[in-house]
Amino acid sequence: MDNKPERMDRTSGMGMGIGSSLQRKEDDRFLHGKGRYVADMRLPGMLEMAFLRSPLAHAKIRSTAKPANTEGTVFLAGDLEGVSGIRAVSGLPGFRPSTQPILAFDKVRHVGEPIAVCLAETRAMAEDLVDRVDVTFDALPAVHDMTRARDADAALLHEDWDENVFLESAVDINFEAAIADADVVVSRSLQTARQCMAPIEGRGVLAVWDRNLEILTLHSATQMPHIVRTGLADCLGMDHGKIRVIAPDVGGGFGYKGILLAEEVCAAFLAMKFDRPIRWVEDRREHLTAGANCREHQYEITGYANADGELLAVDCSAIVDSGAYSSYPFSACLEAAQVASILPGPYIMRGYRCKTWSVATNKPPILPFRGVARTGVCFAMEVLLDAIARELKLSPKAIRQKNLVQPQQMPFTNITNKFFDSGDYPEALRRAAAAIDIDGIRDQQKAQTGRTRIGVGLSIFCEQGAHGTSVYHGWGIPMVPGFEQATARLTPDGGLELRVGVHSHGQGLETTLAQIANTEIGIDTDKIKLVHGDTAYTPYSTGTWGSRCIVMAGGAVGNACASLGERIRKIAGHLLQADPDTIVLEGGMARAGNSMVSVEEVARTWYLKPQLLPDDVDPRGLDVVEGYKTVKDTGTFSYACHAVKVEVDLDLGHVRLLDYVIVEDAGVMINPMIVDGQVYGGAVQGIGTALFEEMPFDSSGQPMASTLADYHLPLASDIPKIRIEHMETPSPLSRFGQKGIGESGAIGPPAAIANAVNDALSELGAEVHAVPITPERVRAAIYAAEGRASSTAGAVS
Amino acid sequence: MKSVAFSYAPAHEIGDAQAALGHDGIKLVSGGQSLGPMLNLRLVRPSGLVDVSGVEALRQVVETDGAVRYGAAITHAEIEDGLVPDATGHWLRYAASRIAYRAVRNRGTLGGSLAHADPAADWVIVMTTLYATALVHRPGVGEVRIPMEDFVTGAFRTALGPQDVLAAIEVPRPGKTASWGYWKYTHQEGEFAKASAAVFVDSDTTRCRIAVGALGRQPVLLREPDSVISGAVSPSQALGDALPDMSAADLRLHAIALAKALEQRS
Ligand SMILES: Cc1cc2nc3c(=O)[nH]c(=O)nc-3n(C[C@H](O)[C@H](O)[C@H](O)COP(=O)(O)OP(=O)(O)OC[C@H]3O[C@@H](n4cnc5c(N)ncnc54)[C@H](O)[C@@H]3O)c2cc1C
Repeated sequence: MDNKPERMDRTSGMGMGIGSSLQRKEDDRFLHGKGRYVADMRLPGMLEMAFLRSPLAHAKIRSTAKPANTEGTVFLAGDLEGVSGIRAVSGLPGFRPSTQPILAFDKVRHVGEPIAVCLAETRAMAEDLVDRVDVTFDALPAVHDMTRARDADAALLHEDWDENVFLESAVDINFEAAIADADVVVSRSLQTARQCMAPIEGRGVLAVWDRNLEILTLHSATQMPHIVRTGLADCLGMDHGKIRVIAPDVGGGFGYKGILLAEEVCAAFLAMKFDRPIRWVEDRREHLTAGANCREHQYEITGYANADGELLAVDCSAIVDSGAYSSYPFSACLEAAQVASILPGPYIMRGYRCKTWSVATNKPPILPFRGVARTGVCFAMEVLLDAIARELKLSPKAIRQKNLVQPQQMPFTNITNKFFDSGDYPEALRRAAAAIDIDGIRDQQKAQTGRTRIGVGLSIFCEQGAHGTSVYHGWGIPMVPGFEQATARLTPDGGLELRVGVHSHGQGLETTLAQIANTEIGIDTDKIKLVHGDTAYTPYSTGTWGSRCIVMAGGAVGNACASLGERIRKIAGHLLQADPDTIVLEGGMARAGNSMVSVEEVARTWYLKPQLLPDDVDPRGLDVVEGYKTVKDTGTFSYACHAVKVEVDLDLGHVRLLDYVIVEDAGVMINPMIVDGQVYGGAVQGIGTALFEEMPFDSSGQPMASTLADYHLPLASDIPKIRIEHMETPSPLSRFGQKGIGESGAIGPPAAIANAVNDALSELGAEVHAVPITPERVRAAIYAAEGRASSTAGAVS
Repeated sequence: MKSVAFSYAPAHEIGDAQAALGHDGIKLVSGGQSLGPMLNLRLVRPSGLVDVSGVEALRQVVETDGAVRYGAAITHAEIEDGLVPDATGHWLRYAASRIAYRAVRNRGTLGGSLAHADPAADWVIVMTTLYATALVHRPGVGEVRIPMEDFVTGAFRTALGPQDVLAAIEVPRPGKTASWGYWKYTHQEGEFAKASAAVFVDSDTTRCRIAVGALGRQPVLLREPDSVISGAVSPSQALGDALPDMSAADLRLHAIALAKALEQRS
């Protein structure tokens, strides 16, 4: 394959097109505090909502009592006439559906579940009302441990189910045959903690009923306004036409804002009932204790290999703690479905077996967090590979080299039928190992004394992005993404308006989509305006998730601009008396040889001086909707190798990151600076998963980290200087060779860091098997190894 | 996470604050860095707050030959930045600089921290080890001197009576040959300590103390600090004797803190 990026030829003369590290257009707004979030919005007559939330994880509601004289301000489930609960039913056979009530009525299934909603002029007054609502419960045993959710004596969350399992799945590809002549069999039990995704802005909702237009407008901090509109229409039994959803500036999503909330339904219902604007701004405590969680997986994983390190097969049983309800639209089993299909990743193997359970527990539902299941499977697979390497006395680099897909095999279909579009994985490995200087670290390790040890760890993974219909239909989620559309509209002053159904909340799409348009039709990016996040203005889209925007919305903008370009050239051809096919659009001008006319003049002519246009004018004008479909909907595969050097304090169990290298292949980079930004941000979140973030639950199902003093996010002082190197292998599937890159950074760190810590601890015979790798976990691993050592010493003596 | 409604009034004199405390539901606020979060979580629901951070007497620093007396409303940042004299040379400045983050230090006060008496707080262990004394204004009595080891009586518990105001903290000046070590373990920057220890040796005054902190109670003063300093008794032995009920794993961590504090002594 020709590795020369296509962008070289496509960059416009102005250097603002594809491939340029253009400063982000949105940053003036964000960096000067000029963004406008739901919490900034105030409307006359607005009321604030506060929720009475369940203090118990699992209980029957025995009684509810509203305080006296609170008619019209306190609402229970029975007050929500005509409102149905949230259902996200997977299409996969055997799925047990749940209905998430908007307000709980017969029982509660997790701490934080809303039971009553109170309205007042201020949030504090609404909270005062909440204090006065009286609810009594009959507590039920809580299902708090996913590994015991299927026990025969476990309490049932949903009484009409026979087991606390949303879905069970099994794949077996040539497994028994593959393991017949394995030299080594290595098993590990591995676990990733339950996390709370933590965008700087929490959720926020403001619902407004327009009596005049008979339209409900819901302002919501969401990643997917169109999907929220569909879900809301279902719950409220309303026509889509009567609902408009606006996602204003949104302070980060990461998956947390890819859900239809009970709070959104409440706000919408009450705004219509009382014809007053109704707002709810999530606070941190609600976010941590009641909002959706992510990530909690448990793996029993076994690798079968030959003595030379060739991986023969992998066998895995994985449990995903899906929480109490199947959330809309991603459902309770996207995560587990992904586990089964993506675990082998870029490694070649002959056999594979995987069973998964999406279990129901008395915890908030889970959502796909940046990286979705990849962060977990990468951790499981990469830690297993290092364990095999240690067993076989091979280097971590050698075992990966041995088993990775080779560039000459591209495009490659792996054992679970994943189609790898392009890339050179061994090269990423080689470059990362060299950049972190593994050989130098090995020398340093020989000279270690004192009570600290250094270690080095690697992880390699792929990130499937912009995967479409066939993939998601196969994963059974209720919302299957199709194709993407965009509108390109030339304004009378020669500016360009782009309208897309995805939403930009940190991805930099206001800039990158403008760069794509600039490359197509040469309009200055300053004159390009992205309209997004409003169902009234933009084409339907499943929204921003799955690393899909730059491929799907980028492709759609490219196509829409190409069509618009044709129409501009036609009018310019008439004005210049030249053949439209010979006209080049560049730097805001339409040029035919030496003669030219500005695109602005073309626009003015079309809109304001139509008398200058010919008889056979194309009357469709300069306002174009075009769609985009990838060459194949299996997704673009960006990939990376992470390499990290750590220092472990053997007394404290403290892990310090000394150096961090990421070699990343995003295909053609539309804006390299933004790619870096995505990778840095993701990597920091991945470091959070690796070292800090954990929402523990006690045996009664109480969330134990209810403030940010207990829920530890990564801090600037925890992060080393991350060094990024790029490879740039174009995808043959996308319009410009670009690949989705938004989640990548968050996938690799837990695996690489765990491997580095285990490398540092290897002389003690200690290993960590769970993230986050807290000092307590490291010390426990060290103490356990010491215990083993002294008991064997005892046995010998 | 909004507090209940409460009234707010700044105090100008210690007497204002004491009078206010005579009414039900009134609490003092100083920097608000501990009280603020508790208000918002509705863990405390006062009917009113009286702000002592501007009380002149609580803002004063008085130097004498033998000691420096710090008004309770002196902020962590003022100590960190050297805007007030450091009775110990530079030890207080260092301790202040390790509290929380700068934003918290800008408002949080010495007196607020000691009155709050978080078992893992820096001033609680540091002031105990340095032989500091709390100067408390008690209605009808006047100024009462309470040695720091008696002032903090447990986790979030002090010897302050219902209408008492902590006015100042007096820190004796150490002798020329005195040495000091303070070490705390935090997993992340700005966290409360998971384990801490402080060592103070002053041969001029024959004062010697070793305190261990972040124990979920007031700091523990080792009974025979000299033997630990001389090396006759190891940190883990000393802690095992002082805290017989502590788990082996916790003991190990605190013993490490103590060993590090000893190492840092200078
Ligand atoms: C994020 C964060 C991290 C922190 N980390 C640390 C840390 O690492 N180490 C540490 O030591 N501290 C830490 N703190 C606490 C911080 O030091 C506080 O400033 C301190 O505990 C309280 O001081 P304040 O002036 O803010 O008191 P306030 O919050 O105003 O008051 C605390 C209590 O003291 C009472 N009070 C205040 N003044 C008086 C007085 N003069 N007389 C009688 N009672 C009084 C109040 O009524 C209240 O009960 C942290 C705080 C935060 C928010």
